[in-house]
Amino acid sequence: MATATLEPTVAQAALVEFLLRIGDNTLILGHRVSEWCGRGPALEEDIALANTALDLIGQTQLWLGLAGEVEGQGRSADDLAYLRDGYEFRNILLVERPNGDFGMTLMRQFVFDAWHYLLLKALEGSADRRIAEIAEKAFKEVSYHLDRSRDLVIRLGDGSAESHRRMQEALDDLWAFTGEMFVGDAADAALAEAGVIPEPQSLKVGWDEIVSDTLTEATLKPPADGYMHKGGRRGVHTEHLGYLLAEMQFLQRAYPGATW
Amino acid sequence: MSSEWPLWEVFIRGQHGLNHRHVGSLHAPDAEMAINNARDVYTRRNEGVSIWVVRSSDITASAPSEKGPLFDPSNSKVYRHPTFFDIPDEVGHM
Repeated sequence: MATATLEPTVAQAALVEFLLRIGDNTLILGHRVSEWCGRGPALEEDIALANTALDLIGQTQLWLGLAGEVEGQGRSADDLAYLRDGYEFRNILLVERPNGDFGMTLMRQFVFDAWHYLLLKALEGSADRRIAEIAEKAFKEVSYHLDRSRDLVIRLGDGSAESHRRMQEALDDLWAFTGEMFVGDAADAALAEAGVIPEPQSLKVGWDEIVSDTLTEATLKPPADGYMHKGGRRGVHTEHLGYLLAEMQFLQRAYPGATW
Repeated sequence: MSSEWPLWEVFIRGQHGLNHRHVGSLHAPDAEMAINNARDVYTRRNEGVSIWVVRSSDITASAPSEKGPLFDPSNSKVYRHPTFFDIPDEVGHM
């Protein structure tokens, strides 16, 4: 990656933006997946989902922790997670989609994992050593997430008539939320220029490959690329995020500073 | 759902050099998923470096009712333990 020098304050603002985006993705998806706890279709799946949720929340601590550090306003990862309002969250809309049935949850996980895997792989070579180190740790976890969600998408897609129908419905429903992963803005461009992150668009080819190979094996039909929903990365969210935050943030809002 | 899946016995090797030990069982549709499930259920706290799974139905077990004939006869045979040798002092701790 190229190394260029950025005006320090621009670089800092862009870096905070990026760290919030990646940390909010793992936070919101981690919370969503944790909603399955105790409700999985089988004990083994329940535990596997809880493990995935915990991995994501663990990564959130690192990303948001670094975001607070770079921001330099004394905000901790917990402050960022529990004390921001909806419009301050930078996650993509895909991860705030409601869980739906098990097929919907898995399909959301799979399209996210394929992207997350490629992103972290690229971030392992980041010019910012702090980012490279977090990416290296998270990459191992996410490689397993992808193995697992990919395997289950294939099994259920190429399973019974009922499971095939549900997986196709999930795919059709979620497809319009996949485009946001590959759209960059000025902050992304500045960081990509400095070799800190990959251009979001650059991950599309690899993602297409993983997704189309998997869907073919799963006998599922990829929907045509039509209108893509966007906004989460700028803080413009769907109504679903508010309900999620109400539950996730309740305790810290009702009892500020509570610890246990 | 899980009642339709076969049961698998899970064996984990804790560290290199140790034997695999039976840690429990779980349900899974096939061997590959049984390994994945075992990873998620039994190695969350860094317990293992290797996993074996085997279908519970493939295990042949001794019958509890035969416990007497199988094991009692070895009860009172002290001569099967190597306790009747004098160990020379030079050998030290064995």
